[in-house]
Amino acid sequence: MIEFEMPKPIAQQSYVLQTVAENMMRPVSRYFDEHEHEIPWDYINFMHMAMRATGAGSLAPPAEKKKEGEETEEKKETEKRPPIGYQMLAFMLEMLSWGDVGIYLCTPGGGLGAAAVEAAGTPEQKQKFLARFREEKPVFAAMAMTEPHCGSDTSAIRTTAVLDKNTNEWVLNGEKIFVTAGQKSLEESNGFVVVWATIDPSAGRAGMRSFVVEAGTPGVKVTKLEHKMGIRASDTASIVLQDARVPFENILGSPEVQPDTSKGFKGAMATFDATRPLVAATGVGVARATVELVKELLAKQGIEIRYGLPRSKLTNIEREIIDMEVMLRSAWLLVIKAVWMADNRKPNPLEASMAKLRAGDVVTKITQRALELMGPIGYSRDTLLEKWFRDAKITDIYEGTGQINRLVVARNILGYTGRELR
Amino acid sequence: MYSFEPSEEQKMLIDAINRFAVNDLRRKAHDADEEAGYPKEVIEKGWELGVLQASIPEAYGGFGEHSVLTGVLAAEEMAYGDFAATLAVLTPALFALPILACGSEEQKQTYLPPIAEGEWQPYTAACIEPFFDFDLLEMRTTAEKKNGGYILRGEKIYVPFANEAEQLIVYASLDGKTQGFIVDRNASGVIIGERQKTMGINALPIYKVTLEDVGVPAERRLGGPEGHDPAPIFDSMHLAMAAMAIGVSRAAFEYSRDYAKEREVFGVKVAQKQAIAFMLAEMATEIEAIRLLTWEAAWMLDNNKEGASKQAYLAHIGAMDMAMMVTDRAVQVLGGHGYIREHPVELWMRNGRGFATLTGLGMI
Repeated sequence: MIEFEMPKPIAQQSYVLQTVAENMMRPVSRYFDEHEHEIPWDYINFMHMAMRATGAGSLAPPAEKKKEGEETEEKKETEKRPPIGYQMLAFMLEMLSWGDVGIYLCTPGGGLGAAAVEAAGTPEQKQKFLARFREEKPVFAAMAMTEPHCGSDTSAIRTTAVLDKNTNEWVLNGEKIFVTAGQKSLEESNGFVVVWATIDPSAGRAGMRSFVVEAGTPGVKVTKLEHKMGIRASDTASIVLQDARVPFENILGSPEVQPDTSKGFKGAMATFDATRPLVAATGVGVARATVELVKELLAKQGIEIRYGLPRSKLTNIEREIIDMEVMLRSAWLLVIKAVWMADNRKPNPLEASMAKLRAGDVVTKITQRALELMGPIGYSRDTLLEKWFRDAKITDIYEGTGQINRLVVARNILGYTGRELR
Repeated sequence: MYSFEPSEEQKMLIDAINRFAVNDLRRKAHDADEEAGYPKEVIEKGWELGVLQASIPEAYGGFGEHSVLTGVLAAEEMAYGDFAATLAVLTPALFALPILACGSEEQKQTYLPPIAEGEWQPYTAACIEPFFDFDLLEMRTTAEKKNGGYILRGEKIYVPFANEAEQLIVYASLDGKTQGFIVDRNASGVIIGERQKTMGINALPIYKVTLEDVGVPAERRLGGPEGHDPAPIFDSMHLAMAAMAIGVSRAAFEYSRDYAKEREVFGVKVAQKQAIAFMLAEMATEIEAIRLLTWEAAWMLDNNKEGASKQAYLAHIGAMDMAMMVTDRAVQVLGGHGYIREHPVELWMRNGRGFATLTGLGMI
């Protein structure tokens, strides 16, 4: 059955999160935009407390599994329902980004780093690394993939991990840039960064692995915080690893290089199937905020949008707004479908990339058109429109640029490998 | 709950329509376009799939319940075969669905059983008018109250099968509000003009219909003497165009994708060039996005959700742009060959422009 009914838990969550967005994010949006690298602790502490209390938005595993037969009736009841974890998360991210995407990116609870552990870690690793997110103080985690000389081409990563057989430790060396929340993960909390490195530079993708590098590891240093066009509340760190030693068991995936396979690399790419729709969701949140504010400002001048008319009878403003609403809603539905597939364990690389590429396209278009439409009001810092214009652009860049996602979609629809379609 | 899987019943219907679309329509679409018509047996075969009959409850001679969502799925799949044929097969829906949605009990009892129980018959509707800014909400054809009945005056175009039809619904403005009237084609003042020629949909016979002081008794006003809310009719018209646009676009996308994987250029397949591959990726994404928008609108209508009419309108707006973008690119991917009528993509591009204009020619 095709259905579009928002599940009740999501509706309840949205109601609560909208209050958070309106009261804890919007009022400080401009402040943190203008005070780059200040950390929004009020929001962080509140969210940590709230998420600890409700379990919402957390990727951490349940504390203890009860023995068989001990399960309560209530639990059995919930297990019958189809899973909606990723859907919950997508709606949560959309709403918080509607509030402020820069501040949302400061949400404690693991982010992409925890997602990587969740996707590729063993049960022991999940227990070891994810339990910290339930502790008393807010904890962050990050993903470190990009290097100064390579971004989307992750197979060109130069950071190395060499096994020291004497101590049974991995020794990491290299430089990572564009690590979202890198500083908060390593310096401001007891968190970790998932670092991508090669265990065999001659093996190309087959040698690529990720490692959990915890805060306090000697030889790991945050060397720089970027100054960005938008999402300024979110720290974007450079990290240098100099003979940084991590325990053997901090490797995610197999320590062996298997010839002729790129299984480890593919594992990493599979993470994107989960995270790309979520990043798309954050962009959609910014675009929705924009469309709503534009309509509100127009209404103040007595302009209401008329629906149902042929295009030839619409005013230019009406046509623009209607097109924005088409773009926004259709992009959001792609996100929902992609996370619905993830929840139901259907392979979704095509849909994940479609959602991301569409979101990247439409949220930049919507915010850019909105500023043009609103003229001097839009360009001014008196409203948040110009900030959202700057914030939106990153949607089309991080977690795979629009072009990379086109490549993924194209390979999927054409049935081509990376070699056949470069 | 969200779900994106059609029901088993819907899947069976889609499969059956798909076989008809691929085996019958796709094979005959070119000749039907050139020769300006389908053989009657093709239309009859499409009719026997029972898309409309399954929308009409048993009490009125059908065997199902009206579901906009099922209609959307069916219309997409048939238009995947051919747009003009889909409009032809579903022409009786232009008459039956407004009566089902808005008609009085008496009108339903009178008109629906003969349609649902019989073979394909040319029941039709006159909606579109010859003005660039034709608007469902503001018709130039007027209905005037007179002697307990109504007098219709105006000019309609693109009326399918008007020359054969016995009965048709005519939409007219009554005190500024669009209302339907059930008109006997032989009524005095109903003048069926010449068959019209257009850029696409050549296989669908369409006619100009002039209404010169046509008297309509009060009981033939759609919904009875009190009339009706026209919104469900408009919603159905918008979504029919959206659904068919998706079907045509999917056809164009798949054809150009397959061509690009065959055609060699500079020692590789043309699909291996990012310039082409990215175009195809965007086409596929666009189709999927608008399909979801259309499905949601249909689901909202079926479940009486607030804002459903607006969503149906948005789906249609999105679909008309999607169809033009995708069909234009399909021609582009084939290059010079795309412009040759031996390949179907140029027909799909001509049809692709129609989705912005032909609102009122299809209902689901």
